[in-house]
Amino acid sequence: MSKYYLNYLDELESEAIYVLREVWAQFDNPVILFSGGKDSIVVTHLARKAFHPAKIPFALMHVDTGHNFPETIKFRDDLIESLGVSLIVGSVQESIDEGRVAEEKGKNATRNALQITTLLDAIEGNKVDCAIGGGRRDEEKARAKERFFSHRDDFGQWDPKNQRPELWNLFNGKHFEGEHFRAFPISNWTEMDVWNYISRENIQIPSLYFAHERKVVWRNNSWIPYSEFLQLDEGEEVVTKKIRFRTLGDITITGGIESEADTVEMIAQEVSAMRQTERGNRTDDKRSETAMEDRKKQGYF
Amino acid sequence: MLDNNQLLRFTTAGSVDDGKSTLIGRLLYDSKSIFEDQLEAVESTSKKKGHEGVDLALFTDGLRDEREQGITIDVAYRYFTTPKRKFIIADTPGHIQYTRNMITGASTANAAIILVDARHGVIEQTKRHAFIASLLQIPHIIVCINKMDLVDYKEEVYNEIIGQFEEFSSKLLVKDIRFIPISALLGDNVVNRSENMSWYQGAPLLHTLETMHISSDINKVDARFPVQTVLRPQREGFIDYRGYAGRIASGILRKGDEITVMPSGFTSKIKSIDTFEKEVDEAYAPMSVSITLEDDIDISRGDMIVRTKNKPESAQDLEVMLCWLNNESAKPRTKYIVRHTSNEQMAMVKEVIYKIDINTLARSGEDKEMNMNDICKVKLRTTKPLLFDSYRENRGTGSLILIDPATNQTVAAGMIV
Ligand SMILES: Nc1nc2c(ncn2[C@@H]2O[C@H](COP(=O)(O)OP(=O)(O)OP(=O)(O)O)[C@@H](O)[C@H]2O)c(=O)[nH]1
Ligand SMILES: [Mg+2]
Repeated sequence: MSKYYLNYLDELESEAIYVLREVWAQFDNPVILFSGGKDSIVVTHLARKAFHPAKIPFALMHVDTGHNFPETIKFRDDLIESLGVSLIVGSVQESIDEGRVAEEKGKNATRNALQITTLLDAIEGNKVDCAIGGGRRDEEKARAKERFFSHRDDFGQWDPKNQRPELWNLFNGKHFEGEHFRAFPISNWTEMDVWNYISRENIQIPSLYFAHERKVVWRNNSWIPYSEFLQLDEGEEVVTKKIRFRTLGDITITGGIESEADTVEMIAQEVSAMRQTERGNRTDDKRSETAMEDRKKQGYF
Repeated sequence: MLDNNQLLRFTTAGSVDDGKSTLIGRLLYDSKSIFEDQLEAVESTSKKKGHEGVDLALFTDGLRDEREQGITIDVAYRYFTTPKRKFIIADTPGHIQYTRNMITGASTANAAIILVDARHGVIEQTKRHAFIASLLQIPHIIVCINKMDLVDYKEEVYNEIIGQFEEFSSKLLVKDIRFIPISALLGDNVVNRSENMSWYQGAPLLHTLETMHISSDINKVDARFPVQTVLRPQREGFIDYRGYAGRIASGILRKGDEITVMPSGFTSKIKSIDTFEKEVDEAYAPMSVSITLEDDIDISRGDMIVRTKNKPESAQDLEVMLCWLNNESAKPRTKYIVRHTSNEQMAMVKEVIYKIDINTLARSGEDKEMNMNDICKVKLRTTKPLLFDSYRENRGTGSLILIDPATNQTVAAGMIV
């Protein structure tokens, strides 16, 4: 192989850095949407690289459902401090208290869809013109259709049938007042790439990703972590299992898997043998066949 | 870990219903790249739609409207890995209305798979896509004659279509064209060799994709560094640091190189090439780096750093092959925003030199109107000199887009002649 050829992980990294710098150059007030999950952690790491030796020139925005894994919040605050960037929090609880949204009822209630309003309010309220996400095209079939620079109209909506063409690496971030963009620097990464990269770069991630003894409840074909927000049904019982999470979302809907993997290397190995997609355990995606597309059209991440 | 593996980006092309999405589904399925929950979801949707077996196109046709109508509307990106290589697939729509999405998928590809329905042979949309692939200079084209199961796997049909395609492609500039007879639906010659076509001696599609030589596809000769942004950390340890951040578009840059900053023409030397981890002695396309120079020069986004001995062209009047992508036709003497590398300025289409008839590739100088999906050679005038190489020599510095400032839409893709 020629000496002047990048291996694929370096090529993906370089592409992501290019996208992040393009965002910085084309927008006035971009933010990184930070969920505390591995993808947004990787995007933040890439942003550090893209602007080094300068600081990351934008804030991190967290849409807080109020149903967090406690560890996520600590992880977030530590990271903010070490990077010296500012944090914007959009609170779903506040949206509920202000009557902007109504809480779902029943056993399978989640705050997943409520996040949309909070997110769009936070974007508008902070005059954000580009929200950088950790979405990857391999995650889900609607996400597979995303551009690097993805336009949102003044209602925050995505129009997947009418996207701007995106030629070569020439991104068009032009927009009118009130509209915004979503940018996805790691569009072309797979779950495997993310793990290989975390391992190679030695990136710190929340311990929720590692197998640990945890209290869980079997529901909708996966192990849901037991928390104060979970209403137990008759017949459901709390058990202790060695569990890890493949994705981190709202604590009430993020299903864990039984695993022994407690190092990044073991996780990468486990993921490479996995026969289910990472979102296969997310009840938010299972609500209907086009659940993700429908939410994304309204303004979801 | 596949750390040393190369990445091949390929795209599908061809007319509507020729089987592009089915082929990608088959490729993923037979190479065991489909997850169980994805398979279950597609199986249940197929059943609901009354499809016999699994509708393989559903693995990429992810939008509600696509599933309802059974067509692809926008590009879907899929990823898979074999022990030999890593792939990024862009499955694009065949419908003429969505040509702009086909171009989106094709613009970053190293290889294109063009499908032809064995029953219909080469038709106008096949030609349009083949022509666009050649305009985009996709270095490798694999023509898959699909639905061979519907023509009794006959060798004559295959040969006849090769003849049709070659008659057309002899007028195109493509270095590497290969042909494979397949059935995307049944899997013949996709991952596994077909038992129904023993007359075909060549390799199946996957093997072809895995072994194709791709490392020479990037221009390694002409060093071009479009500046994306300037890094001024102004913090301890880096008070005087002024780094020019960007992604090398082509060629190789080394510490100590004598460089010229364009368009200003100031010269200097490369003091350092920095990455997050360390300073490096040399960097090459497509690396993202930050460059510092020996001298303090005024440089900003849109400028280009090049080797003093090897400069790009600089001109305000350019000849460009333009694909018009918007339903609103081009307005004569209107100003558009041109985006080229990291540079942005205003431009005007001064003249349509000719329009290309997709069927015959004939050039017509009469019809000057540029409508959606038209491909024309035009004269473009920019307000300031553009720093470019011809697209043929350099994809990165030879490509541009036009944006309509009235709508902010990307209305055209251009390749500088
Ligand atoms: N018999 C047969 N049918 C096929 C084959 N490949 C595809 N088909 C059928 O052809 C139809 C169209 O297939 P698609 O894969 O959706 O076609 P496409 O090229 O992706 O279409 P667009 O994306 O809309 O341009 C479907 O009904 C497929 O089942 C094949 O090899 N043999
Ligand atoms: Mg299709």
